[in-house]
This record gives sequence, structure tokens and C-alpha cells, in this order.
Amino acid sequence: MSLASYAARRVALGLVQVLAVVTLVFFLVQALPGDAAVALAGDNPDPARISAIRAAMGLDRSVSERFVSWLAGLPRLDFGVSLVSGRPVADFLFAGIGPTVVLAALTLVLLVPISVLAGVLAALREGSLLDRALTSVSVALHSIPEFALAIVLIAVFGVQLAWLPPTAVGADLLTQPAVLVLPLVVLLARPICSISRLVRAGMLDALASDYVRHARRLGLGESRIRFAHALPNALAPAVQQVARTTDWLLGGVIVVEAVFVIPGLGTVLVDAVAGRDLPVVQGLAVVFAVTTVAVNLVADLVAFRLAPRAEVVA
Amino acid sequence: MSLNRRGFLGLTTLTVATLAGCGSAPVSAPRTGGRLRAAFAGGGAKEVLDPHLANLFVEAARSKALYDKLADLGTDVSPQPRLAEKWEPSADLSRWRITLRQAKFHDGRPVRAQDVLASYARILDPNRAFRAKSSLALIDLPNSRAVDDRTVEFALKRPFAEFPNALAAFGAYIVPEGTEDFTKPVGSGAFSFVSFEPGKSVLVKRNPDYWEGAPLLDELEFLIANEESARTNALLGGQVEYAHDLTPTTARSHASGDRMAIHRAPNSAVQAFAMKLDRAPFDNRDLREALFLLVDRPQLVESVLAGSGQVGNDLFGKGYQHYADAIPQRERDLDKAKFLIRKAGAEGLTVKLDTSTAAAGMVEAATVFADQAKGSGLTIEVVQGNKDSYWADTLKNGSLSSFRSGAMPIETHIAQRLLKGAGTNVTKWNRPEFDALYEKAVSTSDEGARNEAYVEMQRVLHAEGGYLMWGFADWIVGAKPNVGGISDAPANTLDWARFDKVWLG
Repeated sequence: MSLASYAARRVALGLVQVLAVVTLVFFLVQALPGDAAVALAGDNPDPARISAIRAAMGLDRSVSERFVSWLAGLPRLDFGVSLVSGRPVADFLFAGIGPTVVLAALTLVLLVPISVLAGVLAALREGSLLDRALTSVSVALHSIPEFALAIVLIAVFGVQLAWLPPTAVGADLLTQPAVLVLPLVVLLARPICSISRLVRAGMLDALASDYVRHARRLGLGESRIRFAHALPNALAPAVQQVARTTDWLLGGVIVVEAVFVIPGLGTVLVDAVAGRDLPVVQGLAVVFAVTTVAVNLVADLVAFRLAPRAEVVA
Repeated sequence: MSLNRRGFLGLTTLTVATLAGCGSAPVSAPRTGGRLRAAFAGGGAKEVLDPHLANLFVEAARSKALYDKLADLGTDVSPQPRLAEKWEPSADLSRWRITLRQAKFHDGRPVRAQDVLASYARILDPNRAFRAKSSLALIDLPNSRAVDDRTVEFALKRPFAEFPNALAAFGAYIVPEGTEDFTKPVGSGAFSFVSFEPGKSVLVKRNPDYWEGAPLLDELEFLIANEESARTNALLGGQVEYAHDLTPTTARSHASGDRMAIHRAPNSAVQAFAMKLDRAPFDNRDLREALFLLVDRPQLVESVLAGSGQVGNDLFGKGYQHYADAIPQRERDLDKAKFLIRKAGAEGLTVKLDTSTAAAGMVEAATVFADQAKGSGLTIEVVQGNKDSYWADTLKNGSLSSFRSGAMPIETHIAQRLLKGAGTNVTKWNRPEFDALYEKAVSTSDEGARNEAYVEMQRVLHAEGGYLMWGFADWIVGAKPNVGGISDAPANTLDWARFDKVWLG
């Protein structure tokens, strides 16, 4: 199958998946107790006031009617209007995507070279002190939950030593990059382990494979064998893991956003669900579904390209 | 996420402090200049600059900086004139003549009687659901009029002595006539608008023409940090100068340090359990009294509030105007409680106590109370519900639930929660003779008679009511030690989160 027809089939399937996800999310949020009017009324739940809010928000229309009118807007990229604030949902998405993409991109830019390097080094020196040290450190970092690591780093480097800003409150992420250091460390801590372990295992497999032995018999240089022949094959499985990490990052890592006060998509999601602001939740579901489908598609295409013999199933 | 962000606060018995509440660090004399950054919990989805839609603490604080009400609540939670210079009721209390101050909106236009009427008409619009609507609903708007530019005459649908409480209602701000677009809000407040990034920050600057005198700060920036730990860290890291709504635990661990000054507004939020009188088992008066006697209030204050609070006496509004402080404080009496439980035939009964994390400390209080009830013959089973719909759920369902409330006048508490047909009558208190007492209180212009009626109502509630009000929590704010002028008035009163009197030393 050609790359193009394979990609086209995957895109079509992706659209169906996105539609399925947003439908599911819509009805799951409906199933939560309380609606936007109840959430907004809060500790002043006067039934007369709640029904007035409900009418003002259009919540007195039937569930299916609201879902259909929301779906009708989608092809025009009209995500509707936030129930609670009356601002367009697109505003919330754009506001949240910025910080999330900045964090995700910087994390990936650091993550991929560091973890590939660590994996390759460990594989080339298998069983050495370096291998064992890299393994121990990365596994140790992997075992600490994000929130725990974040709290410790903030307490030590943000508050006690005051080397770095403890939060990003009120800061512009791009003009004050110092606020990003601690969040990036927290975001890197776990994926470095999973990816470098995969690269190490893939590299060991590749170095022990028939074609590497064959290349050696042909008398090719060792570094050419390692980096031109073994490494691309070793990376194929790691690419899938990078994709999963990318997807995780683009979903807005809620814990990191909350602790460091970075108003990305995760924060928007928490607020929207707490406020039962269904159009905003729906808009986020579209964004998350589209990024998941797109990231996995790209990953499969890259893996296909890196190791054409690898089985790629739609 | 700390979702203790909607509530309203409580009261205080202290007078307005003009200096930082607890300073071990010296604060300089008032001085002008500088930008103060204040961190509040927010919630991007809800944040709006329309002051009539204000709901969260941060929205209330911003509205207060940008706008004025005709009246606001003083430190004893009694109404104080603001944009209204004075109010004069007719003899039968059904018409009120309000004289406005000479004040200007930020665009230079004067605040006129027409702006007041238009603002109230917007709040009372039948197609909308603003928070202040129920408080202002007794105004007969078609028969109210602007006498001249600075005089409004309100006609009321019934005589009402406490009309100034309505003028001070949450969200009853005065906006220029015809305003519907609040992207660049124009008010008459101490600060004027500069910029807004939803979910992140609002920047305002000194209004040099403010009718009460220009603020000391040049600029004021409201920042959003939903997590309490993030607000604390930002303050410790020098990223903000003021952190709103900290926990008693944080206060305790930083009270003696020199990096943060802790400001407490005593008796700010009432902490309670609500029993429903219209259904078993708490339709039995003896069983209600048993619960009153079962609870160990000092222990709850010490454990749940980490000592940052005071015990309550099952009455709302300790320290407020009209509070019945002559009624003796209830103490724990396990033997009498056991006797009353037996008498009520409730021995061996298990009662569900509904609670949730909708407000800080409620689950902890419920758990401690369930423990205190052990050995009494009555078993209390704590059931944790959904926090986002908690208040609406417990208004209808169950028989015993956690409750909390912030400051409001005692009259408002009664009108909203204890009259037949009141919108949020969670204890289902329904007594015609009590309603008659309330009618008497609000329809007499005799101060003494009114106070007597309030005290009588509280006596009945203390003896037979459904609210077990065990404590009053301090409201806790952290600030840099060089910040002066932070008041310890209860949240939701005029001086709470008020920044025009604050300075950077």
C-alpha cells in the first residue's frame, strides 16, 4: 500500500473517531449530577434562580436539540458559546492551547535527544557502570509522581534557595523563560525513562540482529553500522512511545498546570467540567480527539518510514 | 483544586483595623505608589468583568475596585452609605429617597439617578438571572423615579425597614446607563480598567478623581492561581504581594516566619450542620437538642479549623448587628444527649450526614462529628456527595448535611433561609409565628422594637432550630510583610479585599 492511500484511509478513520469521542463526551457530561445552572448557583441554590439561569442559558431545550445544534456548527468551526461567561468557546481553546503547546514543544525538544542519547549510550555500554547508573536514575525519576516531584522542586529551588520562580503566576511564558525550568524538569522526569529504555532495548536487539552481523562481515565501519543501520530500527518502537507522550502533553498536564499556575488546556478542562460548561468541554473534546488521532497518524507514518518492514496496521 | 471559591464570608467582632493584622514585621507609614499583585482563586470559565454577574471572590474583589454600590456592609455587617450619601424613608417605609454623592465614572460622566435606575432595571430584568435580583425584587421599579440628577425615589412593593441591606446586596453595582459591553468596564470605583486576560490577570490603575480620595497604589493587578499551595508559593517567591484565601495550616506554619504576614478576619464563615425539620428523624425536637449537646465545639475548632476560629452558639451572625449575644453558650453534655436520644426513641438509629468538598473543611468536620457521636446511641454515617451540585442537592435531599455561609446581615439570612417560601430554606424551618415576628421587625421604624424582634427570633431558633452552628472560621490572607492597610473585616463586607487603602511600604 502506498503511503498516500494509507494516510488517506487513516484520516477518514480519524474523523469517525473524533465524532465518536465528542458524542460520548457529550452524553457522559450530561450524566454528571447537576448542570451549569446548578453549578453557577453554587451555595445560593434558590430553585427560582436556578430555573431562571437555566432559561437564560437555553438549558431548558432538550438534550438532543442542543447536541444537534452544536454538531451543526462544527463544520463551520463554530464551537458555540460558553454557557457561563457567554464568550465564544474558540476563545477558551485558543487561550489554553498557547501555554500547552509551548510546554509540550519545549519538553519534546529536550526529551527526544536526551532519551535517545541515554538509551544509545546504555546499549553500547551494556552492563557497564554507566548503563547501570543511567538505568537507576531514570527508573528512580519515573517512580516519582509529577505532583510530588513538583512540590519538592518548588520547595527547594523556588522557595528555599530562591534560584527559580516557584510558579508562573502572571508571567508571560516566552519572555520570562525562567518560569518554565521547573515545569519542564517535572514533565521530563517520567518520559525520559520510558523512551530511553525502549531505545536501549531496540538498540540491543538491532546490534544482535542478522543484518548487523552481515554488515560487520561486509567490513562496514562500526559507527556507520551503529548509527546508520542499527539506530533507525531501534527508534521505531520508541516513536510510538514519543507519540503517546506528545498526546499526554498536548492534553494539558493538569497537575503541572495547577501547581505551577500555567493556564493551559488542562486548567480550562477542570474549570469547564466543574462549571458544567458543556460547550467548552465539547470544544476541548474535539481538540483532544483531533490531536490524539493526528499524533498517532504522524507516529505511524514516521515508524513506517524508519523501518519499512515494520507491520503497520490501520 | 480548592473549590472554596464561591462562598461568602462571615463576620467579625473587631473594629476596622487600619494596620496589618498580625505584624511582627513593622509596616511603614502609608505611602503612595507601586503596583500590588494579588493572587486569587479563579476559574477561567466563569470569569467575567460584568459586575452584576460577579460570583467568585476574585470577581467580587475586582468589581469592588472598579465599581461602587449605593451602600455596602460595614465591619458589623450593617449597611453603610457609599454612592448614596444618605437615605430617607417615608413614614410608612414604602418609599425611600436616596441622595447620591457627587461622583464621576472613569470616563468623566457624573453618576446620575438615571444610572442607578438603569443598573437596577438591568439586574431586575425578568429574562436574566443576576445574583442581586432576589434582594432588589421588592423595588417597584415602574413607580420609582429620578427626582433630579442626584436624587432617586424608590417605591417598594411593601414597607421594608431594612431596604439599605438590599442596596448593599452582593453584585448590586451601579454601572453607566445603557452599558451591556463590559470588555472595557467603566465604573465609578477607586481604580480604573487597564487590561484583562481571562483566566490569568486583570490590571487596574489609580482613579485620581475617586470620590473618597485617590488610592495609594498606582496600580493593582489581580492574578489567578487556583491552588492554595501555588498562591502561597508565589507569595513566598516574591511573585505576588497578596495571596487571598489561605488555609489554617499554611497560616500556622508561616505565622512566625518573616517572609509572610498572616492577616486573619475573625469569625468570617459560619460552619454548621443543617437538620431538616419537615422529615424524620429531626422533626423531633428532642433529637435536635441531642445533637446540639453532642457536638464538642472546641475540639472541632481546634482540629478542623486548626484553631483559626471561634465556637458558635447555633446562631448566625456572631458579632453582627442584632446578634443575640445574651443567650448562653451551649456546651457538650453527653449524658443529657444520651437521655434525649433515648427519649426520642432514636437509640440504635443510623443517620446519614451528607457532606462534600464544596467548601474547605466540611468533610473533616463531618468526620470529626461522627466520631464525637460514638457512644451516644446514635450513629452518624458520613456520606460524601458531588461537590459541584452539593448545595442544590442538600437543599432538597437527606435529613442532615454540612453547611457553611459567609457574611450577610442577619435579616438577609432569615429572609433567604428561614421564612415560609424562602428560596434556600435548607432546614425547612416553617413557623407562621416566626414569619410574623420577621414581618414586625422589617415593618417598624422603631430601632428598639426591631432589635427586640430579631432577638426573639434568635431565641426560638437557638432552642428549636435546625442549624447546628458549631464555629466561625477566620478568613486568612497572606501578604508580604511590607504591605500595609489590609483590613480584618469579614469577607464580603466593604473592607474585605479592598485595595484603595492598601500601600506598599
